[in-house]
Amino acid sequence: MTSELDIFVGNTTLIDEDVYRLWLDGYSVGDAVALRVRSGILEQTGATAAVLQSDTMDHYRTFHMLERLLHAPPKLLHQLIYQIPPSRQALLIERYYAFDEAFVREVLGKKLSKGTKKDLDDISTKTGITLKSCRRQFDNFKRVFKVVEEMRGSLVDNVQQHFLLSDRLARDYAAIVFFANNRFETGKKKLQYLSFGDFAFCAELMIQNWTLGAVDSQVDDMDMDLDKEFLQDLKELKVLVADKDLLDLHKSLVCTALRGKLGVFSEMEANFKVCGLIQLLSLGPLQPPVHCPTGQLCSCPGLTSRWRCCPPFARLTGGSLLLNTGELFN
Amino acid sequence: MPGKLKVKIVAGRHLPVMDRASDLTDAFVEVKFGNTTFKTDVYPKSLNPQWNSEWFKFEVDDEDLQDEPLQITVLDHDTYSANDAIGKVYIDIDPLLYSEAATVISGWFPIYDTIHGIRGEINVVVKVDLFNDLNRFRQSSCGVKFFCTTSIPKCYRAVIIHGFVEELVVNEDPEYQWIDRIRTPRASNEARQRLISLMSGELQRKIGLKVLEMRGNAVVGYLQCFDLEGESGLVVRAIGTACTLDKLSSPAAFLPACNSPSKEMKEIPFNEDPNPNTHSSGPSTPLKNQTYSFSPSKSYSRQSSSSDTDLSLTPKTAPYPQGPRIYLCPSSPSLSCGSLHLKKSCLLLSESSLPPHHSSLVSPVLRKSVSFSEELFLAASGMGSGSAGKEGGPFKALLRQQTQSALEQRGGSPHRFCRRREFPFFTLTAFPPGFLVHVGGVVSARSVKLLDRIHNPDEPETRDAWWAEIRQEIKSHAKALGCHAVVGYSESTSICEEVCILSASGTAAVLNPRFLQDGTVEGCLEQRLEENLPAGCGFCHIPYDELNMPFPAHLTYCYNCRKQKVPDVLFTTIDLPTDATVIGKGCLIQARLCRLKKKAQAEANATAISNLLPFMEYEVHTQLMNKLKLKGMNALFGLRIQITVGENMLMGLASATGVYLAALPTPGGIQIAGKTPNDGSYEQHISHMQKKINDTIAKNKELYEINPPEISEEIIGSPIPEPRQRSRLLRSQSESSDEVTELDLSHGKKDAFVLEIDDTDAMEDVHSLLTDVPPPSGFYSCNTEIMPGINNWTSEIQMFTSVRVIRLSSLNLTNHALNKNFNDLCENLLKSLYFKLRSMIPCCLCHVNFTVSLPEDELIQVTVTAVAITFDKNQALQTTKAHVEKSLQRASTDNEELLQFPLELCSDSLPSHPFPPAKAVTVEKTSPMGEGNFRNRSAAPCANSTVGVVKMTPLSFIPGAKITKYLGIINMFFIRETTSLREEGGVSGFLHAFIAEVFAMVRAHVAALGGNAVVSYIMKQCVFMENPNKNQAQCLINVSGDAVVFARESELEVVSTQQPAANCQPACTGGEVTT
Repeated sequence: MTSELDIFVGNTTLIDEDVYRLWLDGYSVGDAVALRVRSGILEQTGATAAVLQSDTMDHYRTFHMLERLLHAPPKLLHQLIYQIPPSRQALLIERYYAFDEAFVREVLGKKLSKGTKKDLDDISTKTGITLKSCRRQFDNFKRVFKVVEEMRGSLVDNVQQHFLLSDRLARDYAAIVFFANNRFETGKKKLQYLSFGDFAFCAELMIQNWTLGAVDSQVDDMDMDLDKEFLQDLKELKVLVADKDLLDLHKSLVCTALRGKLGVFSEMEANFKVCGLIQLLSLGPLQPPVHCPTGQLCSCPGLTSRWRCCPPFARLTGGSLLLNTGELFN
Repeated sequence: MPGKLKVKIVAGRHLPVMDRASDLTDAFVEVKFGNTTFKTDVYPKSLNPQWNSEWFKFEVDDEDLQDEPLQITVLDHDTYSANDAIGKVYIDIDPLLYSEAATVISGWFPIYDTIHGIRGEINVVVKVDLFNDLNRFRQSSCGVKFFCTTSIPKCYRAVIIHGFVEELVVNEDPEYQWIDRIRTPRASNEARQRLISLMSGELQRKIGLKVLEMRGNAVVGYLQCFDLEGESGLVVRAIGTACTLDKLSSPAAFLPACNSPSKEMKEIPFNEDPNPNTHSSGPSTPLKNQTYSFSPSKSYSRQSSSSDTDLSLTPKTAPYPQGPRIYLCPSSPSLSCGSLHLKKSCLLLSESSLPPHHSSLVSPVLRKSVSFSEELFLAASGMGSGSAGKEGGPFKALLRQQTQSALEQRGGSPHRFCRRREFPFFTLTAFPPGFLVHVGGVVSARSVKLLDRIHNPDEPETRDAWWAEIRQEIKSHAKALGCHAVVGYSESTSICEEVCILSASGTAAVLNPRFLQDGTVEGCLEQRLEENLPAGCGFCHIPYDELNMPFPAHLTYCYNCRKQKVPDVLFTTIDLPTDATVIGKGCLIQARLCRLKKKAQAEANATAISNLLPFMEYEVHTQLMNKLKLKGMNALFGLRIQITVGENMLMGLASATGVYLAALPTPGGIQIAGKTPNDGSYEQHISHMQKKINDTIAKNKELYEINPPEISEEIIGSPIPEPRQRSRLLRSQSESSDEVTELDLSHGKKDAFVLEIDDTDAMEDVHSLLTDVPPPSGFYSCNTEIMPGINNWTSEIQMFTSVRVIRLSSLNLTNHALNKNFNDLCENLLKSLYFKLRSMIPCCLCHVNFTVSLPEDELIQVTVTAVAITFDKNQALQTTKAHVEKSLQRASTDNEELLQFPLELCSDSLPSHPFPPAKAVTVEKTSPMGEGNFRNRSAAPCANSTVGVVKMTPLSFIPGAKITKYLGIINMFFIRETTSLREEGGVSGFLHAFIAEVFAMVRAHVAALGGNAVVSYIMKQCVFMENPNKNQAQCLINVSGDAVVFARESELEVVSTQQPAANCQPACTGGEVTT
């Protein structure tokens, strides 16, 4: 007796979160069943392995059918075929677009091309994430990139609008798109210790302050491409990286200016490099700069008067990128 | 009578890419009704076209309005080659034809293609202007409402229940026409879909005409089925119960209007006359027949039974003020008992191969007809006596002569036949209080036929005659049980090649005649007061003559009222009456059986099948009986026995809900007896089994909370003499002796159910009894509308369909292995369901409906549709305790309830005119907020979701909500075919997607009608065929249900306060139709 066909279709589509996770993680039906058995579900429910197998198959089939819709989340909302409560729809989308930290670190800043896709099996071996899952994540990055690439308006908003992601996830995707677009190489040894969160934070600040959108909100790609003129100007800052004396001078000047005005002064002084980066990222062609509680105008050698400096007010632990920023822009 | 149909094509979305070059589509739409077609402009290069067309107007006859579907085709414009079809939408405009239902159809419909499935959606608005005067119809029957629901729909009241209506339409199946060889599969599928849509429209119109003729205004329990007879054609048939319904919110002033016709036809609805021809008088006279003596019933009771004693014997029914009427449960409605009466008969009519040139002209005459009439009488309680073993006497040709005599009498004067009075059948399974007086037992009939080509589709005589035969048989069986009506009636077929099994079954019953004439509240109240029927047990009392029992049965005095006799077990096809007193909870009981059969052709095949049928019926009933005893229960409701024929086997599947009725005696246990008592180890084995069985019974009693109040022997003994005198029901000669032996039997019977184990087969049977695993804790299941013993449903429901197909390995094809496979298949399927729905615990699977088909030699397909409903566990505990008490109390409060009931409903049900308040509710409910999950939504911006939630349920109600409006019947037929089976995920992927699409299309239609739920949903057919070698598969699905608007009870209160004015709306047109 073999089962030729075995399906279950509910008026409300049943979504099992655990199975969804296994599916997203790229496990085959067989592996998923084994994992579920190990989770002790059989004992809890008194079911047999055959039942579990059939249930898993069924869920996998459902997810497979839903996948087409998940590629364009607004479709999932408007389609009529699967009746899914809104909360479940949101869960499906959010989980589908979620990514592994380890994976994103590998591809961040790389061109989202076929070539990179071919390297996915190496990444899979390296990170221990199944190839299937790597592909899904890579395709997600690529899909989001393609959709928002040529769009006007805020990057985060665009991602959110077209993929219905939560605010947090949309910001992460904005960072990924930004890095991919500008090909910042994040895979260098020196940068290995930085987490995706660190990069995402940088990306956010850069989008805010360095891009075309920071100057003019009516241009295409406003949050994607950096302001060319600004980049030119930024080269002036290289001097801070290249010349140790100037760097020290800069440090002392900033510290003098801020002494007594900042609660976190000692930390800043200790981590000046880090703060410097954040400072740098907060720099932008916008007048006045976005965040500047002190309103302090820094008078650093090599800086034109149009630069204002924002003191580091957040994320002192963000990571010391100063030296590396130089590399970023080389 | 003309009407104007107006259609507007608004927009499309999510269209497929038809032009690979641009990745876009140049879409336009063709709107076709009858022979008229309109086209929209081409909307170039868009996947979301906005046509915003003008109103396309079709001026058509209302006959066409009823028959024809509106056909909307979306195409891709192609300058150089033929335009490509994207897909179609068929819209049944019937709901727009009666003013109470929907006024407009407007919404997004999935665009469906039989090869590709759903491809985008289209927004359409449809309206109908009818310029008609309802009285002048001839060919059309606009205005007659149809309901799939097998009870009186919630916001209506039955004024009169007229009775059975049936109709049948045949046609050639396009799939088998010569042209099919040259057209594409898509064209062929669409031709079929369209034809079936047309045929069901026509069928519905014809049934409507019959209803109008009977002066009814609605059909309740409408069941339409397709028989795909292959070469010999396509049959669409329908049965239903004609009623005059009155909208509850309509003023009472309408009643007289409705009543006047009913007065005139008083005798019509229930002219129970078994053989109307014996009356020389026309329909209007039989009423005056004082002691309607019911001659036919005498003719089949071999023992004497005189009609005058009947009258004296029927204290309950006698006092009808209008004198002895036709009602009449002929021989003795009040005493005697009946458990299960099952009867089967096989009639085989086969046609010898006629030379084709003859056939057209003389075939009816030449047809050689072989007719086996094998009557099987299965008296369940008879088996209970222990004396009747398998070899015993399950086959009693007792009824044969009776049937014949009935038929003979009937043959007399066919011209007096009044068609609609011919069969006192009701497709209803739940009834207004007071309607059902007694229940006799299950009656069923089967007949094996050889299909032949239908030569003249306009005169489907053979098919009509086949069904007429079966119905006649059912009717005579009911009479044998002393019943004048059959309720919970249904018909089905199973076809394999050219052999067809026709089956009909129902529950013989005695009904309250008053209801069938004018079911006014007063009448029924009066009735109840007069009768003083003990609530909760009246229906169990036997309707037949105790001394003249149609089969051996054990009778005892009713454990509830102690006045009337009851059988020891009761099998019925209806739902549990609401006033029945039940102890504990119920459970799903299934009997499963397979029988191998040799492959044969035509007549030989039919003969083989008819020979097997009685054995199958017998075994199915034995199994049911055993399982019922094992559960410690004594009655079955919603019994449905399906016999499916395949090329090399027959399958039988019986499902029912077992309950413990307080009125019936406690079932005895099951005793195992070995045939070879001298073997020591064998003995030991037997006793071991016996212990296991006893343990199981005890466990089940605990599980289902069956703890009937202990009745001591004296109590049982003492009340009996009293009622005996009171009811004067004893006949002189039998008085003492009979009663005493009865009593003894009922005592001794406690453990009298003996299973004899004489061979390994029997041993296996016993084993299989014990292998049925009860559902995991927190789960209950039943195949009736609601689970007895649970009445605190919460609002979460989940309807589902599950399909499984297994392939049998041809090596082990023995009856035994087959049985085991089939049993495992069903059990595993149930286990899977329990597992899948575990998050809903505590919950109950209601209306579990299994269908078995044998698509190929070694394939078994089982399809299950059911709904899982959650309930509140804490409350459940309380209520179950209070339940018995409550239902006892109910007897006394019932009368008041009856009075209040309509009033209550008037105040909080919505008015018949949909506008202000109804709309408000609808809108609210169709927004996703209805799901109540909104606040859980994390940060994701899903708020722009526009798809409303549409609930689907096979039940006639929605827990925690009130149905405020019925929008019309949904009856849809789809074909899906693929030539890339592997690419679509194999058979499972293909069927999964298709069923999901069918659900989606049903939901879209309901939403477009302005509804938010489908009740009484049923998947009537799911025919799946595959050819994996060719990478092809095809599936046909037919579903139906009632589109409704419901509102949560809490919301209703709000709404009802806003709409005092609305309540004064004029009455529904239902009344107008009848005047």
